[in-house]
Amino acid sequence: MSDAGLVCDLRLQRGTLALELALTVAPGELLVVVGPNGAGKSTLLRALAGLLPIDDGRIVLDGEVLDEGASGRFVESRRRSIGVVFQDLLLFDNMSVVENVAFGLRSRHRPRREARRVALEWLERLGLAPYADASPTSLSGGQAQRVALGRALAFGPKLLLLDEPFAALDATTRGEVRREVRSHLATLDVPKLLVSHDPVEAITLADRIVVLENGRVVQNGMPDEIRARPRSRYVADLVGLNLFRGELRDATLTLASGQKIAVAVDSVPDGPVVATLHPHAVTLHADTPEGSARNVWITEVTDVDDEGERVRVRVGAPVPLAVEVTRSARTELALAPGSRVWISFKATEVVVEPD
Amino acid sequence: MGVIGLAVFFVLPLAGLLWRVPWSDVFSVLGQSSSRDALRLSLETTLAATALSVVFGVPLAWLLARMTFRGRGVLRALALLPLVLPPVVGGVALFYAFGRRGLVGQWIERWFHFELPFSIWAVILAETFVAMPFLVITVEGALRGLDTRYEDAAAACGAGRWTVMRRVTLPMIGPSILAGMALTWARALGEFGATITFAGSFPGKTQTLPLAIYLAFENGDPAGIVLSLLLLVVSMTVLVLVGSRVIGERGRMTPSPSP
Repeated sequence: MSDAGLVCDLRLQRGTLALELALTVAPGELLVVVGPNGAGKSTLLRALAGLLPIDDGRIVLDGEVLDEGASGRFVESRRRSIGVVFQDLLLFDNMSVVENVAFGLRSRHRPRREARRVALEWLERLGLAPYADASPTSLSGGQAQRVALGRALAFGPKLLLLDEPFAALDATTRGEVRREVRSHLATLDVPKLLVSHDPVEAITLADRIVVLENGRVVQNGMPDEIRARPRSRYVADLVGLNLFRGELRDATLTLASGQKIAVAVDSVPDGPVVATLHPHAVTLHADTPEGSARNVWITEVTDVDDEGERVRVRVGAPVPLAVEVTRSARTELALAPGSRVWISFKATEVVVEPD
Repeated sequence: MGVIGLAVFFVLPLAGLLWRVPWSDVFSVLGQSSSRDALRLSLETTLAATALSVVFGVPLAWLLARMTFRGRGVLRALALLPLVLPPVVGGVALFYAFGRRGLVGQWIERWFHFELPFSIWAVILAETFVAMPFLVITVEGALRGLDTRYEDAAAACGAGRWTVMRRVTLPMIGPSILAGMALTWARALGEFGATITFAGSFPGKTQTLPLAIYLAFENGDPAGIVLSLLLLVVSMTVLVLVGSRVIGERGRMTPSPSP
């Protein structure tokens, strides 16, 4: 087995948080670590970046041991070849855009002119060439995002870490910026690790997802795998969401299958979108439902999964959906694979974001 | 009550001073060689004291803000003591430390044949003693309020300690250092008690503006009022500059904007 990529197995106590996990990221792979606030995502990132030593275990990048509890080996942050895109970006306001991007090269004692030339190449590649000498404070959120990416990549790191890179953006630009960043990330053949608390982000970006909860890995797998078989209450809430991709026009979302879903949007422009619908926002009925829900159709139960107090039901065509009902509802409706039910959900329950 | 307090304690004394200024003589008084000597001496010594305060005060502020060690509280109390200590006590203390028979002074005299008290160096020392806490307290506050994640970001880019300090930390606390320098300089300029005790009041040698004002006032010389006016104008200017954006306290970078 090749030793390229990131391999870590670490234990780290920080206040009440006990982080204990093992993960690997292959060259070129984008791993998204997703979990609630306080799960230890940022602590993991700080440990990988060398801003926090681990208590036990080891971090190995391309065969080089960066941190090892047993031997006490610890490579300082500045000697690790790791690019980091921080939450809130943390661009240096007292420097120009090109100086920000050149900072990693200058810090590594590369000559000023060469550093500037490389930084300008990166700005060109990121579509920011006209802003080279501008102040980072004059940029839009999306542009600042790309500068942060440039700063993290210009010195040629062996690993890229991204800490909630889209959290500071508002909903209207987030989708666009995410698409841009995704296309830039796709061209990089280093291991990439992104942490996020946003399930849609994890599913749309990741090659592979690790779900972190209370400092431990709850689940590790491909996005589809995790959505299909959530292994804990939290995971079910997080990635058991119904996810649709389609075209938005006049408050109607048209899926690839041609099925239309009524949605309520105010700030999302028409065009390609990602939409999510929480399983407990969907209601099942024995007969044609009455009420104000705009999305109503009849369908067939494909699967019933008992999760204790709550029951997870899957329904089939025209739109496969996960639905969450109570045990009493299950009994009342006599839900079983093959039974016919009406489903309904309100347009306002569908959360739409630009794709 | 606030308005009455303002009138009694601040506005009326200022009005009293302005009322007695011999406006027609202002320039001739400022032109006198005794005034010019005091002015020159004050400028030289206060600038030197400000420079010394930066050289020693910034590292001290760093120590207090960033390092955790036993006795940090005691060290901070010591560093800020001159803020509350009567300056004349400071002068006496300096005298018994650096005077001819002082703790350190006797050795300085034996080895270097140099007497510190009653020299221009004594003036600088006295001014630094009373004024440096203003720099320490301002810079320490700025360092504590600093978002250290910017320094982490720089380290993650491969920057060593010195590069982080020079290119990230200092630019971020730069405005606070300037503000601290302005306050320090203004305090040094007004220094009286420690100076007269430790350095004496020799015209042209250790007689700074406040000492010259006091002497002129005692002798009924109108020069005292004119020089007072000068210090008043300087103090107001420093206050306005510190309060304004020119050298206002910024201390942190604004997070990158959302569109």
